[in-house]
Amino acid sequence: MDSFIVISLIKVAVLFAVLLTTLAYLQWVERKVIAHIQVRPGPYRVGPHGLLQPLADVIKLITKEDLMPSYVNRTLYLAAPFIAITMALLSICVIPFGPTIEVAGVRTWMQMTDLNIGVLFVLAVSSMGVYGIALAGWASNNKYSLLGGLRSSAQMISYELPLSLAIASPLLLANSLSLREVVGKQAGGVWTWNVLHGPFPQIFAFLIFLIAAFAETNRVPFDLPEAENELVAGFHTEYSSMKFASFFMAEYANMITVSCMATVLFLGGWTPPWPAEYGSRFVPTAIFALAGLVALYHGVNYARRRDKYSLPVFGVIFLAIAALFLLPMVQGWLLPLFWFFAKAGAILFAFIWVRGTLPRFRYDQLMGFTWKFLFPAAMLNLLVTGFLVAWFS
Amino acid sequence: MDLILFGIFAVVAVLCAINVVVQTHPISSAISLVGVMGSLAVLYLLLGAEFIAAAQVIVYAGAIMVLFVFVIMLLNAGTEGKKGRSLMVQLLGAPLLVAFLGLTCYFVQRLFPQADEVHFGGFTGGTAKAIGEALFTTYLLPFEVTSVLILIAIIGAIVLARKEMD
Repeated sequence: MDSFIVISLIKVAVLFAVLLTTLAYLQWVERKVIAHIQVRPGPYRVGPHGLLQPLADVIKLITKEDLMPSYVNRTLYLAAPFIAITMALLSICVIPFGPTIEVAGVRTWMQMTDLNIGVLFVLAVSSMGVYGIALAGWASNNKYSLLGGLRSSAQMISYELPLSLAIASPLLLANSLSLREVVGKQAGGVWTWNVLHGPFPQIFAFLIFLIAAFAETNRVPFDLPEAENELVAGFHTEYSSMKFASFFMAEYANMITVSCMATVLFLGGWTPPWPAEYGSRFVPTAIFALAGLVALYHGVNYARRRDKYSLPVFGVIFLAIAALFLLPMVQGWLLPLFWFFAKAGAILFAFIWVRGTLPRFRYDQLMGFTWKFLFPAAMLNLLVTGFLVAWFS
Repeated sequence: MDLILFGIFAVVAVLCAINVVVQTHPISSAISLVGVMGSLAVLYLLLGAEFIAAAQVIVYAGAIMVLFVFVIMLLNAGTEGKKGRSLMVQLLGAPLLVAFLGLTCYFVQRLFPQADEVHFGGFTGGTAKAIGEALFTTYLLPFEVTSVLILIAIIGAIVLARKEMD
């Protein structure tokens, strides 16, 4: 019992540190990717290639003056960012990042806890996250905030239906609600992942899940709650300093959670795309070595003067990571983590890519799309999956 | 441990329930009601009914109450004023409440004389699988009839809300 508490506390500390660092740097990645989509260099001044920009942003947000507008509903105004960030960070604790690992003689799963109702837990917690945004919009006593909050709650209720239905079909294939078992059923290569696995490949469920996830996290093209050219900044117009940062972090934490959920439910979680005996354990080494060589090449043939020093350093770091993946003692836990973060990272990249590419929906298109197309499509997919699972079992 | 958690969340549920009635602003009442739903979910979880607990949060706290809050926000309902209580409420309110609570305690005592404390893990029939099987075998007819009832309610709502076509 005591060791359970100690292990859980250590896991919480590690997960929290990793999650918050990822949150901060996801924002750097987003700014860089969007910048390159729009043919400009992006953050470049703070640190090499702007790598210390997230740190500077955190200091800026913490030290900014915290304004409390008059005529707000004080209790709910203060509670709203708290609810948003709590619910966003809470749901990560049922995500399995990898199989069991052994540290100092103790075997434990790379997961906070495995609930029998893991999937339902994530749905429940994320559905409570709506209150943060809705209450922020209402308590601010500002018509733009109120409109943003109203749009957001309507949108999140509507898109929760196709999201839940899309989640239900891979669960039918896995015959379990526990995320660890869902991944366990998909071990064995890309053909056993739910997105391709028979009797009915869940590719449609995967696409519906992704589209609904964009709407649930209020991202472009569904970012009507904070449409800046009509609503100033939407539900967080009246928030400043760390209270604004809470909403910002909640949005990114939700993005990470849905990417992890998509990875676990459809893309086989931490399992490699083909078995390790056919060489999948050398893929991370190859990728990092290639990245290192490219960085070294561009360090020698530099385009900007400061790249002369920064890029060779990056190249050496990448080559060191490539060598690290060859060590047998760390392969056991590093490889599953690599595959998990590669898959989740690919989905996160898609989030950013879409933001740099697509324009925003009109409000009636947004509602018409989910109720007239996405919801029936998810329903049909669930029906077909259910029939085929019953037929073949 | 079970008893402490039960005590905490039972008190939270009752306090939130009282707050629903006491608050004058509809939004505050609605948020208190969310608190009641959440505490009830924890109590279900302590009983071992994990699926019901999750469904309680998803359906009641996460969907129905969000809809309530949405409508209150949309109509921009203001604070309600207190009205003077009628003579009957002043005279009979408190005694009736006490009598009702006493009756409830009496019936619980009569119906379950040997009621024991519930221990977490004592009941394991609350999984999604057990509930699904019960719904589609033992309680198939009530389940299907309820779904038809809900369908009728949905169609009725659409018919009532539909604008008259010219």
